Order: sequence, then structure tokens, then C-alpha cells
Amino acid sequence: MTGGYITGGWGFVWAAYGWTAVGLAVRSSETREEDMKRSRLFLILALGAAAIGFAILAGSGISRNLVYYWTPSDLRNAGDKAYGATIRLGGQVAPGSVRMLNGVSALDFDVTDKKSIVHVKSTGAPPQMFREGIGVVVEGTMTRAGYFQSDRLMVSHNNEYRAPKDGQQVNAKELIRTTKGLE
Amino acid sequence: MRHSPTGPKVLVALGVALLLAGSWWGLTKAPGEVYMGEVQRIMYVHVPTAWNAMLAMTFAFAAAVMFLFTNEWKWDARMEAAIEVGVLLAFLLCCQGAIWAKPTWGVWWDWDPRLTTTAVLLFAFAGILALRRFVDDPVKRGTWSAVATVIAYADVPIVYYSVRWWNSLHQMQSSPATVSSAFHLPLRLNAFGVLFLMTGFIMLRARIASLRLAEEIAPPPADALGELA
Repeated sequence: MTGGYITGGWGFVWAAYGWTAVGLAVRSSETREEDMKRSRLFLILALGAAAIGFAILAGSGISRNLVYYWTPSDLRNAGDKAYGATIRLGGQVAPGSVRMLNGVSALDFDVTDKKSIVHVKSTGAPPQMFREGIGVVVEGTMTRAGYFQSDRLMVSHNNEYRAPKDGQQVNAKELIRTTKGLE
Repeated sequence: MRHSPTGPKVLVALGVALLLAGSWWGLTKAPGEVYMGEVQRIMYVHVPTAWNAMLAMTFAFAAAVMFLFTNEWKWDARMEAAIEVGVLLAFLLCCQGAIWAKPTWGVWWDWDPRLTTTAVLLFAFAGILALRRFVDDPVKRGTWSAVATVIAYADVPIVYYSVRWWNSLHQMQSSPATVSSAFHLPLRLNAFGVLFLMTGFIMLRARIASLRLAEEIAPPPADALGELA
């Protein structure tokens, strides 16, 4: 995914960091004062440890090995591993899929990553930002019945912040109506 | 009688003035976000706090490197000051984030990569402050905490990249292109407000640290030695 991000261009930055540490080591070995030498040795060791720690994290493909949530495709590909375990599923609320059951206490919708779709049953009132097309992360388990039972629904918005257009009013009624399609 | 310098006081006053102006604009003049509504206004303190927390940690890192490289005590004092202000900002950052998260995400906290690495940052630097309290010898205290600061700083780029490396609940970094221009002015005013406030605080706190160090390192007065002899 973004693993090459670091191993590519940023690798040079971290290599420069490491070589600076080596340079400092060479320089400090030329100074005569004992404790000065020792504290510089500490500096080099610390810089080295920090750089190595960061490089391991950045280069080890941790973005693939350590995941915060599964996409619907990941969930489908996991096969039997998906059943019974508590997992987080992340994706977009599929447009047109939201249905509210039992008044406001239960919610049905599809989560999609544009490749696969997982049907989600969620309990509890959704956050105000919940609407069709928005990102969500749901926590729960995949059932044998073929749907994902969620007991924790989180809305994940993107990095865009927009002012209302001219004449458009922001008020509570308008915000509540953004979950349109629920009725 | 030592009298404190005016530079940091001017910075603090300027920072407060900018924060007041930016917050007033953000709360009254700028519109609410189209989907989030009024709660989006917390952006005007959350984002400046995040930027400046990272900046304070970066200055602490630079001071730690300078201390280990030059063995000059002023860098130890500056490092202590920057870590303390940085920890304060990181703590505020987590609180503001939780307040923003509850109405928008629906939860106060979740162990997503951005939040987790930020918590690690907060506790790592708070731990360094604790370490400094436990060591009486100024030389050992300075060296150990500087080494710890350099190592702990490796988490700062990880915090920055956390939203890119991993899929996360927290959104990616915004840019001026993804934020309506109506929100830019209060954000920038407050960013400089927190920057000046932070710089003033670090300067004042570094002065306190220097004075304490001078007391610790100063040789005992001559008459005390006379009594011993």
C-alpha cells in the first residue's frame, strides 16, 4: 500500500540521519575531553536507536501486518477466520442501503469498499454524522447468517471541511435530515 | 535581584491576543461546517495544539542533541522546558480530540493508529519528566533524559505518518485545498497564537530551569567550607 512511501524517497532522509550519527561518532572520537566524548557517544547511540527503531517500523511493511480495520474485501477473503472473532470492519455506507428498524434502536446498512459489500446490523443510535456515503468503522462479529453484527458504530469522516454555500443554513433540523433514507 | 526578561512576556501577551482574536472570529464570524455544524469550531484549537505540540517535541529533541553534543547546561534547561510544554500541549490535544470525537465519530476514544501513537508520545515524554525527578545528579539527569528524548522523538514522525501507513479512524492531514477558505483565518490566527504562547512559556520555563541548575551546580559558599575546616 503505502509501504513504498518510506522505503522510497524517505529512505534517503533516514539514511542521512544515520550517516550524520556516524559522522558525529568520528568527530567525537577526536575530542580529548573524557565526559564530552562519553555524552557524544550516548548521543550517537540514541540517534542510532531512534533511527533503527523508526526504520524497522517504516520498512517492515507494518502497514500491512498491523491493521486497524478490515475492509469488506479483507473480510470476504478471511473465510472462516472472520466468524466468531471480534473484528473491526471499515468502509463506506452504501448509498440506498440504510434502513432503521425498531424506531431508532437498531440500524441496518451495507458497508462497501467498492469491491465487496458486507451487510451490517447495528444496535444503538448512530452518531449525528452518520449518513449514506460516509465512512464507518463497526466493531463486532461476522455471523454464520451472513451479516455483520455490530455493537460499536463509529463514523469516519474525510479530511474535507466545507462552509455552507450561500443561502445554505446550518441548523439542527438540517443536520438531522442528513440521515435521509432512514424513514 | 534578578529581573525577568521582557521578551517572553511580550510573546505570551501577543499569543493571548492572537488566540482571543482567532477564537472570537472562529466562534462568531466563521460559519459552521456543512455536515458537522458548530462542533467543527473546535478545529481552531485542536489543530494549532497538534502542530505546536509536535513543534515543542522537535525543539526538545534539538535541545537534547545540542546538550549531548556541547555539554552546555543551557540546552538541558531548554530541553526540560520544551518537554514540559510539549507534554501539556499533547495532553490538551488528547482532551480536545476526545471532545471532538464524541459527537462526530460517536466515541470518546478508540485505539486507532493516530490516537494510540499520540498517547505513546504523551506517556513517553511524561515519563522523561518523571525520570528527571528521580535523578539527583545533574550530569546523569541531563545525559539520561537527553538520550531518552532522542529515542522517544522517533515517535513523532510515526504520529505524523500513522494516518497514511495504516487505515485509521482519524482522517488524513487536511490541506488548505480541503478546508474552506472561510475557516483559514481563525485557524491561522490561533496557530500563531499558540506558537507565540508556547515559545514564551518555553523561554520562561527554561529560565526557571537554568536558575535551579545554577543553584545545584554552584560550589558551596566559602564560609560554609570554613566551618568544615
